[in-house]
Amino acid sequence: MHINGVQIDPTFAEAFPMKATRVIITAQNLKWAYHSAQAMTGFATSVIACGCEAGIERELSPSETPDGRPGVSAMIFAMGGKGLAKQLETRAGQCVLTSPTSALFAGLHEGDKIPLGKNLRFFGDGFQISKRIGAQRYWRVPVMDGEFLCEETTRMVPAIGGGNFLILAESQPEALAACEAAIEAMRKLPNVIMPFPGGVVRSGSKVGSKYKALNASTNDAFCPTLKGQTASDLSPEIESVMEIVIDGLSENDIRKAMRVGIEAACRLGTENGIRRISAGNYGGKLGPFLFHLQEIMA
Amino acid sequence: MTALRFTLNTELKQRLDVSPLTPDRLNGLSPAEIADLPLQYGKRTLKAGEAFLVEGDDTTRLVFSKASAKLDFIGRGMSGGEIQVEGQAGSYLAMQMKAGKILVTGSVDAYTACEMKGGTVVIHGNAGDFLGAALPGNKKGMAGGIVLVKGDAGDRVGDHLRRGAILIEGNAGAYLGSRMTAGTIAVLGTVGAYPGYAMGRGTLLLAQAPASIPATFSDCGMHTLGFIPLMLRSFAELDTRYASMADALKRVRRYAGDLCSLGKGEILVAEQP
Repeated sequence: MHINGVQIDPTFAEAFPMKATRVIITAQNLKWAYHSAQAMTGFATSVIACGCEAGIERELSPSETPDGRPGVSAMIFAMGGKGLAKQLETRAGQCVLTSPTSALFAGLHEGDKIPLGKNLRFFGDGFQISKRIGAQRYWRVPVMDGEFLCEETTRMVPAIGGGNFLILAESQPEALAACEAAIEAMRKLPNVIMPFPGGVVRSGSKVGSKYKALNASTNDAFCPTLKGQTASDLSPEIESVMEIVIDGLSENDIRKAMRVGIEAACRLGTENGIRRISAGNYGGKLGPFLFHLQEIMA
Repeated sequence: MTALRFTLNTELKQRLDVSPLTPDRLNGLSPAEIADLPLQYGKRTLKAGEAFLVEGDDTTRLVFSKASAKLDFIGRGMSGGEIQVEGQAGSYLAMQMKAGKILVTGSVDAYTACEMKGGTVVIHGNAGDFLGAALPGNKKGMAGGIVLVKGDAGDRVGDHLRRGAILIEGNAGAYLGSRMTAGTIAVLGTVGAYPGYAMGRGTLLLAQAPASIPATFSDCGMHTLGFIPLMLRSFAELDTRYASMADALKRVRRYAGDLCSLGKGEILVAEQP
């Protein structure tokens, strides 16, 4: 299969089950909502070492937020419910509670409840105030800039992590330009995040390592500098490979995001050095969800 | 199906307890069985069919037509459905109500929504004393739901209030929110003496400054509080002026008290234009 001259490999991405939650962070203005959300979703690129994967899903206009202020929605994915709850609590406590003018709300209303402000309220040292508004409970925690308003719980749902595709290009700048185009298009979609820096990962990994202490290592088959040194999957003209990893709430969300991203990358075409689209395929060792590229792009 | 309508067809000399006439208690009863229900009338009983002309068949929607201020306990303990009162209602309306909706076109007497647990009560007229309070001798007042009074309310509104919201668009009497444990009472008009008397926790949100703030409340300064717009917007489906006052009421002067009690309650007085 070729799109605009770009080869779509007859392969598939493998993804695995995760647990996910969504929160809404609002602030006096979008700038401070982003400061808070970026801090909360920082150091959360991969569960391999970060404990969770997190990212900003989208911007929210004042009419879309519970308190009528500008905000952003962020999602956190982890391998299990307990880990997710712990990550959410520590990140909310250190990055949102601390952020000037912020308020924190649930972004999901179905699924299992997990604490949001339920334990953060104790920061109020007895001066915290509970308010039940509609069916939800909120906490008003006195802080030095006024009050931190936080919903008591949010919800956790089954989700999928590790959807991905690789962009193979003739040069590093061209690979990055294609990734940027893909990410820009994918960020318009709901229910997905691309947790790596700028949404792009240049150090795709394979399962296992020659070193016993490591359970993941560089994906040498796609490293261009090893073309003559390992069982490479790269043809001579490929000089750079970059990966986009997608976590989403459902298979369909990831499928849509992959399609939109691959379309955007292919739009640049061979004249801009984009030669192939492939995917992280680890022979079934990684997870049960398979996203066949050619099926998605059909 | 048409709403089950109870039209009062006799002039009441005594107070009539209509607590058996709620949607959940009438569910599954035939019109004849409903008309045969005994109602306490002073020191004797009266059949529902003797006091009211009973029409309609939808027991989830009740209407009290030509209602009198002698009809007590309307919607007592109801757990769902709707009651509309066309006219006045007596005391103890919505007492211990758990869910559902009650709408009164006229005024209601004392102890409306007392010990209410949930649901919505809308009063287009005025409300008497002890709105949303605890029964005499009890220590747990209204514990959930929303009460909206378009007119004025009497004294001791929200006495021992534990949770839920009481919204008064008119004036409120003395001892507003006395002995509150938690919850919210909002008043757009004036309030009487001693607001927040002995309140432990909870919020009084006042659009107008009271004549005086009790000495046992401490001034905590002017603040813009984020929960106020959030809360007011949640009342949008009630058709109340509060729903559109998010901007007008969000900046408030906060008084903490009552310091002769637990002292973790608050009187929030909106910034005066």
